[in-house]
Amino acid sequence: MRYFLAVAMMLGVLLLGVVGFRDTTTRRTPIEVFPDMDRQPKLRPQAEDAFFADNRGSRRPVEGTMARMTPMTMGASGSSELVYGYEDLPVNTGHLTGVTNYVENIPLTVSGELLERGMGRYQINCQPCHGALGDGNGITRKLGMVVVANLHDPRIIKMPDGELFHVITSGRNLMSNYAAQVSVKDRWSIIAYIRALQRSRLASIDDVPEQLRSTLTK
Amino acid sequence: MSDIFPKWTNQLPVKIIAGAILAATTGVAGVWYYFTPKYTRVGYQPIQPVPFSHAVHAGQLGVDCRYCHTDVEESWYSNIPAAETCMKCHNQVLPNDPRLAVVRESAATGEPIPWVQIHKTPDYVYFNHSAHVNRGVSCVECHGQVDQMDEVYHAKPFSMTFCLDCHRNPAAKLRPPDKITDLTWKWSDDPEAAAKAQKENGSKFVTDWKVESMENCSACHR
Ligand code: HEC
Ligand code: HEC
Ligand code: HEC
Ligand code: HEC
Ligand code: HEC
Ligand code: HEC
Repeated sequence: MRYFLAVAMMLGVLLLGVVGFRDTTTRRTPIEVFPDMDRQPKLRPQAEDAFFADNRGSRRPVEGTMARMTPMTMGASGSSELVYGYEDLPVNTGHLTGVTNYVENIPLTVSGELLERGMGRYQINCQPCHGALGDGNGITRKLGMVVVANLHDPRIIKMPDGELFHVITSGRNLMSNYAAQVSVKDRWSIIAYIRALQRSRLASIDDVPEQLRSTLTK
Repeated sequence: MSDIFPKWTNQLPVKIIAGAILAATTGVAGVWYYFTPKYTRVGYQPIQPVPFSHAVHAGQLGVDCRYCHTDVEESWYSNIPAAETCMKCHNQVLPNDPRLAVVRESAATGEPIPWVQIHKTPDYVYFNHSAHVNRGVSCVECHGQVDQMDEVYHAKPFSMTFCLDCHRNPAAKLRPPDKITDLTWKWSDDPEAAAKAQKENGSKFVTDWKVESMENCSACHR
């Protein structure tokens, strides 16, 4: 009995040594205890798939085509005016139809809803570099980013909205494009928010309604 | 007779039974402890091709999860960013650092970076990020404090119980939708006040957003 217990103990300790405990990090791939149907021969996004010659499960669009899409609503949510992404309209391209001139104003209905969306999207996509205030002092500026544009620059204030759209869609100089990250409608919402940011620095006392002026403090 | 069965054999049945009980208990305890996702999955931390740190990017820099995982609100799948996303900053930050060589090469050639997927539900389970994220379920409930991890590891078991525990009572976990990517967010620093606010607001969210308690097998096994 003594030997049996000793051997059992040793085996136990050995096993523990090999398999370890819960809640410790490990490099070993998870064991699938009953692997029935856990991994089926179907496509998974961003995973390898031997069916295709380049081994990619996620396919890239065929050159010169675009994805089938649900149309975008032009106005506030619930509006019935619909636009498809392939149409040559200022709202899709930032240019006036048929020419290369930038569209002067945001072609969508600017509402409080759009501005709020723009604020959220700005904070996600632009704030790391351009900063919460748009002054080009985002967090990356302190950690190695040398050139970042100040969005309060008079040149950028004077830019038509279509040119800002173009900067987001195609990038400019050292800023790469955000076409894949930010949807067309979100790009316009960000522009609306940038205009609000710029306005906040340009405002004068005349912009404040008469009856509210007394509430202002320095 | 004592020649055939020496004296020590008298104790043999007892010993066999004791041994069997010991073996069975160890076996059951072993299965209970080890044959569960709490052991098989939790803590999985593969070696990634680039030493990318969420603690630096999401924690220290405060970059929102959706800057990189852009599809998490629109799709069932939360995408891993392309190398171009890294190069947006790394064309200026650490532009010649050897740790980023793989990223630069991927951005130049279009060959994907071979990231190792950590979280993976079995293929017979239907999961959807957008359904959760847009209903005020934070990343932290399912992925742990990613913003403090240098290397991401599997923090939660993702067993069926894990999913159902929340589906039975979502009110205990819901938070305002604009706070889902803020993993350290709390209702209040005082745990008692936080629990109280969670209780009040959680049940308010459930009624306001008509959140269903999804326990039907067909919700996840379709
Ligand atoms: C990774 C950092 C980074 C992010 C994120 C970023 N930018 Fe930029 N942006 C830059 C840099 C760098 C420049 C300066 C480019 C140059 O002049 O070389 C710039 C310049 C600009 C300019 C001025 C272009 C010009 O004509 O000088 C605009 C407008 C702009 N960014 C808008 C945006 C918007 C809108 C977003 C959010 C969708 C955004 N940026 C996100 C880095 C960034
Ligand atoms: C700068 C880009 C970036 C940001 C910001 C970011 N991630 Fe990631 N994330 C990645 C990359 C790249 C990977 C793949 C490599 C890895 O697993 O570390 C990844 C992997 C993950 C994974 C593991 C995926 C798997 O394989 O199962 C999770 C979970 C995750 N991120 C959650 C988050 C959360 C939550 C946040 C916000 C707090 C966040 N990420 C912010 C780039 C980012
Ligand atoms: C918002 C800008 C930004 C983006 C996007 C970004 N990084 Fe970084 N990254 C930084 C900064 C800033 C540092 C430097 C931090 C420091 O110096 O402490 C850094 C540091 C690093 C390091 C050095 C590791 C360390 O611990 O310091 C690696 C590796 C890295 N990044 C990989 C990536 C990868 C891979 C991606 C794409 C998924 C990515 N980064 C996207 C800004 C960014
Ligand atoms: C309700 C739980 C839950 C929440 C909330 C959640 N995730 Fe996930 N996440 C999962 C599951 C389950 C998987 C594995 C999905 C699979 O099988 O591909 C996963 C996988 C991932 C992956 C790997 C790619 C993929 O989709 O498989 C990333 C990246 C990720 N999550 C990021 C996030 C981010 C960022 C958030 C917050 C905005 C988040 N997750 C919120 C449960 C969750
Ligand atoms: C922290 C809470 C929480 C956790 C954990 C959680 N869920 Fe959910 N789940 C929800 C909520 C809330 C909803 C939304 C219900 C609604 O829309 O009425 C939901 C909805 C769903 C739906 C329905 C989506 C649709 O399109 O109909 C599926 C499927 C689902 N969850 C699967 C899972 C799986 C699989 C897991 C485990 C990996 C999981 N959930 C973990 C809270 C959670
Ligand atoms: C909230 C989502 C959810 C619901 C609802 C749900 N399941 Fe599951 N189920 C899962 C997940 C996730 C797994 C995978 C667990 C794992 O991999 O550890 C699973 C696994 C299983 C398995 C396989 C177990 C194994 O290890 O082989 C069976 C059988 C199963 N579920 C039956 C059911 C039945 C019956 C119901 C209805 C009473 C149900 N499930 C409802 C999420 C769900």
